[in-house]
Amino acid sequence: MSEGRHTQRGGGWLGVYVIAYLVFLYLPVLLIPLFSFNNSIQAAFPLQGFTLHWYATLFGNSALTSALLNSLVIGVIAATGATLCGITVSYMDLYGRSPLAATISAIARLPILIPGVIVGISLLILINLIGLGPSRIAIVLGHILVALPTTVVIMRSRFAAIPKTIREAALDLGASDWTTFRRVMLPLSLPAIVSAFMLAFLISFDEFIVVFFLAGTEPTLPLYIWSQLRFPRSLPTVMALGTSILAVSFIIAALAEILRHRGLSAPAPADPSQRKQTKRGELQWHST
Amino acid sequence: MSTLVATPVPEPRSSQGFRVAMLLPGALVTFLLILFALGLVLFLAFRTNDGSLLGAGFTVANFVMVVSDPLYWTVTLRSLVIAALVTLATVVTAYPVAYYLAFHAGRRRGLLLFLVTLPFWTSYLLRVFAWKIVLAYNGVLNSALIESGIWSEPTLAFLNTPAAVVVTLAHAYAPFAILPIYVALDTIPKSLVEAASDLGARPFTSFRRVVLPNSMPGVLAAALVVFVPTVGDYVTPALVGGPASTMIGTLIQAEFGKANDWPFGAALSVAVMLVILCVVLVARFADRRFGSRT
Repeated sequence: MSEGRHTQRGGGWLGVYVIAYLVFLYLPVLLIPLFSFNNSIQAAFPLQGFTLHWYATLFGNSALTSALLNSLVIGVIAATGATLCGITVSYMDLYGRSPLAATISAIARLPILIPGVIVGISLLILINLIGLGPSRIAIVLGHILVALPTTVVIMRSRFAAIPKTIREAALDLGASDWTTFRRVMLPLSLPAIVSAFMLAFLISFDEFIVVFFLAGTEPTLPLYIWSQLRFPRSLPTVMALGTSILAVSFIIAALAEILRHRGLSAPAPADPSQRKQTKRGELQWHST
Repeated sequence: MSTLVATPVPEPRSSQGFRVAMLLPGALVTFLLILFALGLVLFLAFRTNDGSLLGAGFTVANFVMVVSDPLYWTVTLRSLVIAALVTLATVVTAYPVAYYLAFHAGRRRGLLLFLVTLPFWTSYLLRVFAWKIVLAYNGVLNSALIESGIWSEPTLAFLNTPAAVVVTLAHAYAPFAILPIYVALDTIPKSLVEAASDLGARPFTSFRRVVLPNSMPGVLAAALVVFVPTVGDYVTPALVGGPASTMIGTLIQAEFGKANDWPFGAALSVAVMLVILCVVLVARFADRRFGSRT
């Protein structure tokens, strides 16, 4: 491991290592699509030939369809809630100038330091206490909580990247707090809002650890998959379903990423140092 | 981190209504769903199980049981060892990748960062499931080894072992570790490294004496974000671990499910949170001790 650009060899070996690392990262996941097209009930080599049969079994499966619809509805509502909270929490944290706002922002990022199983059981106790019981609303609440750190971090770094002078100019020119927020700050951070929404949706759509405790009679898609894992016969169908989910996740994550980067240059042709800072701010969330 | 201290501009129009409306959603979620819910767990941990939601009477019997029954020591210790191994494996393997991203990636940096973070946004359940089909008795690894003539018959040695749990978790949480380390490395002023080599330090010396100490905060942050979710995981032990790798998360889940002893499950959760708190404090201390960043 050597420093600097002038030591090409060190960089070269590291490059090979990075490629190997990426292969390790992707290979197991890519086996799911591979075997979803394999004409065998067993996920094993040698491959038995190409088939779309497992994808055909996905259609007309009413349990699967209702789980999918359930996941979509919960995902959209939870992502809306988490994004709304992420916007307000981070805005007040940066501009509210109150210890309460800073405290809320700190607590909102706390779930990163709590294992999912404990988030799950604490919400299970809570929803039973307030009489809700395991239900779709309970899942929505759980997913708002799980997605909250992500939305707060994305929105906070976005707001922080908007030059302070823009907001100050709006206030100086007589705009109220509300007008400044709605007409100046929100439009400037729109790409980040959409990005936060999409990632929150993905988190909810894929979430299993917390939802396991909160679901009533209507399972979400990951719970449906979990229930199918017990039956060896349904594994190929799970792989076809998993492939579809992976494809959708990849597309949404890629779009969110593109939007986030577009967001960086949105507020005017920002100077490069500004841009760099934004990028760091965005990545900062793990280290806080 | 970078809380805005005070803007020079006075804000006379700061309306109370705006503030309340903006603080309300966050306050509701954080105070009710996070603090109050965690408070409930703590409360329940000190109750006796009588089948009702919040139990009856105050007691410390749950904690006495957690501490006195060797089963819980074994399982907690196993969870800690597994989580520590996973953390070590992810951080050590992620460091060179983060290093490459920070110092060598050049124009490919954006693409590589994207590729590294993408798995983060795919289903955790599916990533674990992928390992189940890899490691199974008649699964991918066994059949590939037989097909290529390395092995003559399938082995049971892969699935349902603690090693399988470690590998699966290390793979599932790999993307978590790279970003914090990368951020720490990327923010090291390049002039520091140049100064070291100007003063005659060989590349390895300047890495060991300059780069590594300066990246410690990122390494500790990475260790934390991998350690916390793995120590309480129950999905991976259930899918690839088998009975020999029951973890503390599995026990908590069982107490709130089949075993139906919520107060005891709550006590276990409190114990896990205390263990995590200790680890966080140690990390904080180590950060102050070794994190040479000012």
